[in-house]
Amino acid sequence: MTARILPAIDRDNEAFWTWGGEGRLAIHRCADCRYYVHPPVPFCPQCEGRDVAAQAVSGRGRIVSFTVNHKAWVPGLSVPYVLALVALDEQEDVRIACNIVDCAPEEVAFGMPVEVLFEPAEDLWVPLFRPVRP
Amino acid sequence: MTRLAEKDTAITGVGMSDVARGAAKSALALTVDACVEAIADAGLTRAEIDGIATWPGERADGSGFSPVGCAAVQDALRLEVGWYAGGGEAPGQYGAVFNAVGAIAAGLCRNVLIFRTMYEATARKTSYANSLLRQGQRQAGAFAWYAPYYTYAAALQQALFFNLYVHKSGITPEQVGQIAVNQRRNAALNPKAIYKTPITLDDYLASPIIATPLRLYDCDVPIDGAAAIILSRMDVARTLRNPPIRIEAIGSSMRYRNSWTQLDALDTQAQPRVAEMLWSRTDLRPADVDIAQLYDGFSFHTINWLENFGFCERYGAKDFIEGGHRIALDGDLPVNTGGGALSAGRLHAYGAVHEACTQLWGRAGARQVKGDPHVCATSTSGGPLAGAMLLVRD
Repeated sequence: MTARILPAIDRDNEAFWTWGGEGRLAIHRCADCRYYVHPPVPFCPQCEGRDVAAQAVSGRGRIVSFTVNHKAWVPGLSVPYVLALVALDEQEDVRIACNIVDCAPEEVAFGMPVEVLFEPAEDLWVPLFRPVRP
Repeated sequence: MTRLAEKDTAITGVGMSDVARGAAKSALALTVDACVEAIADAGLTRAEIDGIATWPGERADGSGFSPVGCAAVQDALRLEVGWYAGGGEAPGQYGAVFNAVGAIAAGLCRNVLIFRTMYEATARKTSYANSLLRQGQRQAGAFAWYAPYYTYAAALQQALFFNLYVHKSGITPEQVGQIAVNQRRNAALNPKAIYKTPITLDDYLASPIIATPLRLYDCDVPIDGAAAIILSRMDVARTLRNPPIRIEAIGSSMRYRNSWTQLDALDTQAQPRVAEMLWSRTDLRPADVDIAQLYDGFSFHTINWLENFGFCERYGAKDFIEGGHRIALDGDLPVNTGGGALSAGRLHAYGAVHEACTQLWGRAGARQVKGDPHVCATSTSGGPLAGAMLLVRD
């Protein structure tokens, strides 16, 4: 598969893209009112708290929507693949774009429970999701 | 009542270059063609243009997305202006128009030249892959949340939203296909359209899936071309040769999370709050609208706008477009009468404004909507971007 285009890392998003090395999904959370703030910013829009920092979450969520891409946009791109938005179990409005892996594209469904896994890429760990198998 | 600045402005002239899949002219030459035509159409001279606006401004990145900005046009035409602005952070492509409304209200200018140039057809034949991403380069900013997941084109993000809409509304491919079929039928009557050969619903259903549920014929067509309009202060507009096309109301709000991942309602996109703002600034109602030029970067956007403007109920677009009769040139609400971006080419909402004025001035020839249409709803953008205008010729 073609190499992933990696994100530029800054102070706010570093935990999200690196904590996967320890198997943890990092989402910013307000220490005062417990609201998850994503994309990460050290300000809580609910209580105006400034004590907002990365915290490990369950890594479980459900598929809000998805698409099965069939077009090879660049040479070498393997198709089909699934692009999805996953809402975290902890808080519905924390949505993460991702690829759904470890399952056939036609198995992917709305509301499907998924769990995070991480793929190493250079100095980063890219969160991906796969179906939760019983 | 609050003073509504858009009501003191009107479109007084329009222009459009040749539109092609590979132009014989430079992007700047196409822009000059459109601008000179618009100035002359308004009955103005270059000396009377005292403002310039564009969206998203010059992007010299080889993509052809916006190769020409205010400065290039100002110098090419040797304009002397009191105000100018080009920039992408705005309520979609019509952000340039809304900025011009504000500049006129502020007394900075009286006749603003507003243009949009695209050179994507040529760019894609040369340097630029059909992609938002550059291999080997780390992605900064908001798009970093999508970049690692092979999100090579806006089509993928929109397909995510479209799929949820299909899931919730139950719209069928046969119903969605009416947008593409209708617009191709209209394009056949538009001499400047890119694709004029009619398509059937079967052709639509046979067109390749790009990203489920988006098919090729749901996607607009990259072109080389430019369109321009002149926005004038109303007292000036009344002295010019064309009947003023008033900006009756605008929708420019950002009362929602402006994010491709966290947008509140993915399937309706940002449009409901924008349309709500537009209707709060006019006594007109959806039933008063004669024609609609609705954004169609993807046919899904047009379907969304039909609902969000209030032409039909939420998730009622499938019935509204069923069979295609209501949206046809002789229907209750003719939609994208020149073929839209799907068939006439991606002038990125400025083709839509041009077509709106062409219809409202009764100049549309074989595709002219009967009954002297005088109210047009028009809109831009998808995802977290949205802008809308209601145009009226008295």
